[in-house]
Amino acid sequence: MELPVRTYRVTRADLVRYAGASGDFNPIHWNDRVATSVGLPGVIAHGMFTMALVGRALTEWAGTADAVVEYGVRFARPVVVPNDDEGTEIEVSAKVREVTEDGLTRLDVTAVCQGEKVLSQARATVRTRG
Amino acid sequence: MPMDPSFVGRTYPPTAPYQVGREKIREFATAIGAADPAHHDPDAARALGHPDVVAPPTFPVVVSERASQRVFTDPELGVDFSRVVHGDQRFAYVRPVVAGDELVCHLTIEEITQRGGHDFLTTRTEVVTTAGEPVVTMWSKIVVRGEG
Repeated sequence: MELPVRTYRVTRADLVRYAGASGDFNPIHWNDRVATSVGLPGVIAHGMFTMALVGRALTEWAGTADAVVEYGVRFARPVVVPNDDEGTEIEVSAKVREVTEDGLTRLDVTAVCQGEKVLSQARATVRTRG
Repeated sequence: MPMDPSFVGRTYPPTAPYQVGREKIREFATAIGAADPAHHDPDAARALGHPDVVAPPTFPVVVSERASQRVFTDPELGVDFSRVVHGDQRFAYVRPVVAGDELVCHLTIEEITQRGGHDFLTTRTEVVTTAGEPVVTMWSKIVVRGEG
């Protein structure tokens, strides 16, 4: 079974807001000069911001804020966020791999930006309230 | 110089307690666009059986930041932070973090490997309450890119 695709727009303003909320002020997430000086194409999203958006999708699919039991990802590619009002988009989808007898659902998750997978080996287990 | 694998098993003293505030959870949830009322409204969280607002799944990284800094600034380990890239991240939850929690992090270096001239360092952080109740275990793998 496939879960409904969720699309999240990410702009520079979102990165600044996440930096403040998370305490991760690494300048590669807000400063083009620093990002390009370390060989990146430009400012990139925090990997943990992408992971947080996917985590949001997990709770939205499960229907409760406390549903996630286990969640892991590998950061495969950076999410480049252009310096305009449009930003970029991350598309999150998932397939149900297994539903256990004790009410746990295991998911294989995909997150795509500009046609490329930005996470690999993204897996989660969520509890569905009976 | 490759990272010394004899650091596997190294532990760091527990961090000072992190006081999880209701407004911090709301701020974090708002920053990721998570509108579920249980992140914002204590009554909605209580309806799910929690004492106060529930943090989004990746919120524990905020709590573990101090523990991670100890690894990055450990002079014996000698991580060049300017070469660090986040490789993998995993969470296993006993329960969600909620407002009012006072959380302590116990960090262990679990694995050090080399591949393609890069170092891979995996840490395991046990996040527990000051009363010793386990809340979440986090695994982070960082890549320290080799020179050249």
